Amino acid sequence: MAASTTFYSEQSANRRNSILLVLLVCLFLGVLGGAIGYALTGSRAGALAAILIAVVVGGLSAVGSYFVGDKLVLAASSAKPVSEEQAPQLYNVIRELTIAAGIPMPAVYIIQDNAMNAFATGRDPQHSSVAITTGLLNVMNREELQGVLGHELSHVRNFDIRFSLLVGVLVGGVALLSSFFLRYTFWFGGGRRSNNNDNGGGGALQLIVFVIAIILAILAPIFTRLVQLAVSRQREYLADASSVELTRNPHGLESALAKLAGDTTVMKEANPATQHLYFHNPLMKLGASEGSLFSTHPPLVARINRLRQLTGEAPLPPSEASSIGAAS
Amino acid sequence: MSATLIILIVVIVVVVGFVILTYNGLVQRRLRVDEAFSQISVQLKRRWDLIPNLVNAVKGYMDFEKDVLTKVTDARANAVAAGAQGPAAQAQAENALTGTLRSLFAVVENYPTLKANENVLSLQEQLTTTENQIGFARQHYNATVLDFNTGIATFPAALLAGPLGFTKREFFEAEPEAQAVPQVNLG
Repeated sequence: MAASTTFYSEQSANRRNSILLVLLVCLFLGVLGGAIGYALTGSRAGALAAILIAVVVGGLSAVGSYFVGDKLVLAASSAKPVSEEQAPQLYNVIRELTIAAGIPMPAVYIIQDNAMNAFATGRDPQHSSVAITTGLLNVMNREELQGVLGHELSHVRNFDIRFSLLVGVLVGGVALLSSFFLRYTFWFGGGRRSNNNDNGGGGALQLIVFVIAIILAILAPIFTRLVQLAVSRQREYLADASSVELTRNPHGLESALAKLAGDTTVMKEANPATQHLYFHNPLMKLGASEGSLFSTHPPLVARINRLRQLTGEAPLPPSEASSIGAAS
Repeated sequence: MSATLIILIVVIVVVVGFVILTYNGLVQRRLRVDEAFSQISVQLKRRWDLIPNLVNAVKGYMDFEKDVLTKVTDARANAVAAGAQGPAAQAQAENALTGTLRSLFAVVENYPTLKANENVLSLQEQLTTTENQIGFARQHYNATVLDFNTGIATFPAALLAGPLGFTKREFFEAEPEAQAVPQVNLG
């Protein structure tokens, strides 16, 4: 028999992993910033200043997107608002979830697209929006729809928008630091200023740190991007578990994911900037490097198997799993 | 000021701060429990209001099933009256009402024209969503009770909960009748 878990323990594990990953990025930012600052100025104060500058600049741009971000995302995906009269069952399904979650109703949008997908955006439950494609609405039954929307609303409930913003600031800070440093080094002949504050051995140390800093600066953006994607995948699992917490019905979501596996349509209006917000990656044809470290979403089969664990069912047998994974 | 005095003051401030924060946190959780409880009544009332419309919509088509309709109307009246008789009586009456509604929709399945009637379909969806909302409201109530009970049971708030007057709340549990599958009489 497969191991049985509860959605509570799933949620704890996911939250813990997210935080550990964020700490990893913070640590990396600190090390990188310190190395660069020291390499350029030969002093610890310089290291500190470099970190602060990168975080502040990255932070300002992130804060801007935090407040107007959801409107931009909705516009970019051609989502149109829909009223309760036009889509009563959709509104009912969402309303039931908001009662279970104790949050206010989000604004509801529909996207005209045959691809099956949905997303939620908003900095907190009081300012949230949910968008669903017509493709999804036509295919899903009530409990599947509720599973998908529960997942989306949980992104809002768990403050994932805020969380991914935080991670984005850190990763952006790392990218900024790296690119500034590399540009400065290679275009302006390096920043090795002989600094007489240190003793005679300081110059050699500075050179070593300089080399380390260059290596870090080249690797940093890739590394932190990988961490960012790992965090995104954890939050997706968390949203799945939170959806089950609301509906108490893992089969609805599981069935929705299985239906998704048959969908090979790529969304018309999706773009790389917003792909992480969607229920499943809108730009990726299923099966193609789905399980790679570079995807924002976990593979469908893995998500289905985790849901099956909640009811003590065995994972999908390999024949079914490969047919889901190979759909393309 | 001696060092001992300063330390003493800091300790007192920290302890007082802790007590205030803990108290406020527990009050907030308890209020959420109260709100969740009254939200259940909101959903139950919604259902009471929907039922007369439903009965009117199907009445014309279902000459032979008058007793099913009567049962629904009577059960609704009972439920409204039981609202004033306390939670146990109310829960029992509401569960009885749910049973009569299920019987009604099972019977509607036998009337194709009625089944396809837009009015009836829309009302069916409304009743489905109302039943779901009642269920979710009860679920949310249980979630707030869990949160509150956990808050007063865990250290260090547990030290203060008793003296400050916070006591455990009861979960909503389905009545034994609710666990029995309602018998549908199509005869």
